[in-house]
Amino acid sequence: MTHQDVANFAESWGLLLLFSMFVIAIAYAFWPTNKKKFTKAAYRPLEEE
Amino acid sequence: MTNLSSPPTVSGLAKGLTSVFLGLGVLMAIIIVAKTTSAPFAFHGYIMILAFTLGIVAILNMGFGKNGRIEAEASPAGVFYNDSVVKAGVIAAAFWGIAGFLVGDIIAWQLVFPSLNFDTAWTNFGRLRPLHTSAVIFAFGGNVLISTSFYVVQRTGRTRLAGEIAPWFVFWGYQLFIVLAATGYILGITQSKEYAEPEWYVDIWLTIVWVTYLLVYLGTLWKRRESHIYVANWFYLAFIVTVAMLHVVNNLAMPISFVEPKSYSLFSGVQDALTQWWYGHNAVGFFLTAGFLGIMYYFVPKRAERPVYSYRLSIVHFWSLIFLYIWAGPHHLHYTALPDWTQTLGMTFSVILWMPSWGGMVNGLMTLSGAWDKLRTDPVLKMMVVSLAFYGMSTFEGPLMAIKAVNGLSHYTDWTIGHVHSGALGWVAYVSFGALYCMYPWLWKRKALYSLKLVNMHFWISTVGIVLYITSMWVSGVMQGLMWRAYDSLGFLEYSFVETVEAMHPYYFIRATGGGLFLIGALIMVYNLWRTVRGDGDAVPLAQAVPAE
Repeated sequence: MTHQDVANFAESWGLLLLFSMFVIAIAYAFWPTNKKKFTKAAYRPLEEE
Repeated sequence: MTNLSSPPTVSGLAKGLTSVFLGLGVLMAIIIVAKTTSAPFAFHGYIMILAFTLGIVAILNMGFGKNGRIEAEASPAGVFYNDSVVKAGVIAAAFWGIAGFLVGDIIAWQLVFPSLNFDTAWTNFGRLRPLHTSAVIFAFGGNVLISTSFYVVQRTGRTRLAGEIAPWFVFWGYQLFIVLAATGYILGITQSKEYAEPEWYVDIWLTIVWVTYLLVYLGTLWKRRESHIYVANWFYLAFIVTVAMLHVVNNLAMPISFVEPKSYSLFSGVQDALTQWWYGHNAVGFFLTAGFLGIMYYFVPKRAERPVYSYRLSIVHFWSLIFLYIWAGPHHLHYTALPDWTQTLGMTFSVILWMPSWGGMVNGLMTLSGAWDKLRTDPVLKMMVVSLAFYGMSTFEGPLMAIKAVNGLSHYTDWTIGHVHSGALGWVAYVSFGALYCMYPWLWKRKALYSLKLVNMHFWISTVGIVLYITSMWVSGVMQGLMWRAYDSLGFLEYSFVETVEAMHPYYFIRATGGGLFLIGALIMVYNLWRTVRGDGDAVPLAQAVPAE
């Protein structure tokens, strides 16, 4: 495995992998069914004694 | 659900194993003291023998004669929170804060009057400067992060910290790391990596402590009683995991002997430089940013008594920071032997990073919507809001300075120092002060702080100090950069280096004055916190029967 191989992997599959992980994270944030859970979570610090 | 009201106990097996582990540490330290040729290393050996022995005594004493029962008070909801270790953490934070700010101001005055180094090796600028940076970042900032994270993870998960010995091992182990690092710098032990100066044996010790910290944190999340993990914990966890990774990789080194303090890095040349700044910039990104954003996402809503403005934005903020920050490090190496594409990569990611940073700032500030009037009456909240303003300012300035053309002017000048301090004093220290002002009355069960007037005084004195500091460094830095690049009509350099140094003298004076004001503000805070613990002034002790807060 040469430096060029690692670089080629990083700029193709590596990029694709990290970018898809990021897209999944953003989809999670905006997924409609999660809205209720997040609204509840926003109040979390105010609830405990 | 387990019984909420079962009081905490410590297991005899855990006590025994930890004592044996510390006993091995004592043995190793004895070998070091006996065999080493380095007097400072022998001194560190004695410190380790003392610390590990005291540790064994303390562990054997835990729950002794009480069937392993640990003294703890149930909260109104019936959870036995581990607040003792959090209390120790906030006291340590206040102590190291003053030490770090004091050393910082001393070296600022050394730059104005060089004879203040008293011509000894121990007090020269080169040794005191890492003492200052480590004291403020790792000792002050680190203790604030460890104590607030221990507080937040318990409260948002409604459960006691995992383990009884482990949290205390993290706390005292971390203090031992600080003492070994700090005394090492003064005695001349350093591996000369910026913000990673401690030598190999201190690095190994910190790794053990840090992995324990991670396990305590994960263990507490594991037994939480809330299904969703509150976003502040994500930031704290990212901080703990990433710092572990950065610390281990950047400190890969071969000691010349197991009884000598000196080691050689596994990397050399430009690889070493890139590894160092991958570490260095992500220490800023994950120690000084992600961790303190964890503080913001808990303490700002709590203090403002308003929910997080947008929880969705907080998730986008989190993942954008995680995916972007790690690539920004090469901007520390513009116009060096680092390949051009790597420099451009670092620059590009730094500029993109501006967006999530401001997203986070907006989210913090807008949490006050519907509660803006509190800024008039609550100087603690005012401090946190101003910290967010400084976060916004320095995360705008940072990307700007990462642009190669701008960096050509700013790099190696005082502008960098000014930028770092607008982030460190304005953002990190202010949000920490805000958290400390919240935590002391909560932990010692006081109705309020001793005096809000003193908080206001602290706020204004420190703010004037910060403004003096950063404006003088802007002027000084830009002037320095322009003088370095000035040519005369024949193509010769217009100024000699020493002429630029001379021109900076008045700005160094203003900077040291600003730093002094910042220190005075922090001393006012410590006085206020001490009177709060004593229960003076407005800090009326809450009766045991009345629910805390």
